[in-house]
Amino acid sequence: MSLPDGVVRREFDGKDRLATRGTPVYGEPTDGDWRLWDARRSKLGAMLELGMDTGLSGGDRVLYLGAASGTTVSHVADVAGPTYAVEFASRPARDLLDAAADRDRLFPLVKDARKPETYAHIVESELDAVVQDVATSGQARVSTLNRQFLADDGRLVAAYKARSEDVTAEPADVFDDVLAELREEFEILETERLDPFHDDHLGVVATPK
Amino acid sequence: MSGDQGWFAGLDPGDADAAAERVRSGEADAPADWPDRAVEADFAADAESYYDALREATRAAARVEVAASERADDKQLVHAVRSMDDCERTANELAERVAEWAGSLYDDAGTGVSYARDLAESDPDDPTERRLVSLAERVADLAEERDELRGFVERRAAEVAPNLSALAGPVLAARLIALAGDLESLAKQPSGTVQVLGAEDALFAHLRGRGPSPKHGVIFTHEYVRGTDPDERGSAARALAGKLSIAARVDHYSGDRKPELDAELDRRIERIRSRGDES
Repeated sequence: MSLPDGVVRREFDGKDRLATRGTPVYGEPTDGDWRLWDARRSKLGAMLELGMDTGLSGGDRVLYLGAASGTTVSHVADVAGPTYAVEFASRPARDLLDAAADRDRLFPLVKDARKPETYAHIVESELDAVVQDVATSGQARVSTLNRQFLADDGRLVAAYKARSEDVTAEPADVFDDVLAELREEFEILETERLDPFHDDHLGVVATPK
Repeated sequence: MSGDQGWFAGLDPGDADAAAERVRSGEADAPADWPDRAVEADFAADAESYYDALREATRAAARVEVAASERADDKQLVHAVRSMDDCERTANELAERVAEWAGSLYDDAGTGVSYARDLAESDPDDPTERRLVSLAERVADLAEERDELRGFVERRAAEVAPNLSALAGPVLAARLIALAGDLESLAKQPSGTVQVLGAEDALFAHLRGRGPSPKHGVIFTHEYVRGTDPDERGSAARALAGKLSIAARVDHYSGDRKPELDAELDRRIERIRSRGDES
């Protein structure tokens, strides 16, 4: 499997864990400059831990949708180039601002990922990756709406939460619908359930058609 | 700013406020190679200095968003009512500890926050008692803080959401706003959701096919639900939730007080209760 440059496996408490190098953000364990990237707290971390090939190589230009408090996006910014972090809720955006304080290519944007026109004047085109972790309904639509930011060989790296679409339906059925909608705009490269790190989530890597 | 221009178009590179405002309210139809365009337009000398400027602008804009939302009064109300509940829970928990400890020292030890308050007034005779009395003082302080917070919530809820506070009572109004997140979210929720706010566990168990649908959430604390005959409680909860969500919408979108809402609710509940008496 290929971890992006800058993401390494290191020993924390006797176990091999993912880590990146950067200023600590949320009280995570550290080892020198290295900070633990906990797959249980991060969908992208889980995808890497499960050996998915995200296509991220280090130094990428990234649009991150659903940045929340900046837990995952801080690790992304540790290894990526310019990183645009979109978060709609202004409360977690306060923590996101703290994470951005020590990362000079992490750009916080308090915007709605369902309305890309409100940040298309800021986020550049031809990006290497769109990383998505938004827990609203219409997650597949968020992906297709934000395809415009990707280069032709760019990657959509997304985690879809079944319960955000329909709490009563079987997750497998929800994921079938999500993938069908994605296939209109993307070629699906890899999918994987994120258990046991995150229940009822599907990790997807895709590239624009 | 037209649809095909970046946030920096026509900006003076030194004007930080204008840059933040552009980041917040600008739009474009599609992304473009903005770093390149900014250099072409002489906004930045190179890509690195463009990114430096972008960093300042996005951080300033995000700070404005965060500050604006945290100043909103309904957010302050939510903090206050949650703090009130935290103080109450913690006071009760510590009062139990005080009672247990006191029970090992005195035959006439009581229980509860009121006993802790009495004990806090007493004079300790030895180091053990000194610790116990000191702990009881914390309980008394926490209970006092809870009362102060309740007063604050009651005043503030009536300002933030006058109609909702009139119908639900200020504390329940604040709890509903807290459960929804803020007044805007509450105003946008269908009344069926308002009816079961605070009963999420029961609701999701029901949706998964386990258990009956919950008839009411936190609105159970309202006299119009609790004081209605159990057979008619579901109807009363539905009627109350309907009027509460209308009140929340009026409070969010207009802010004017509409006393006729109170009268409509009173009449609905009266009809429901009399139906219960006849059967």
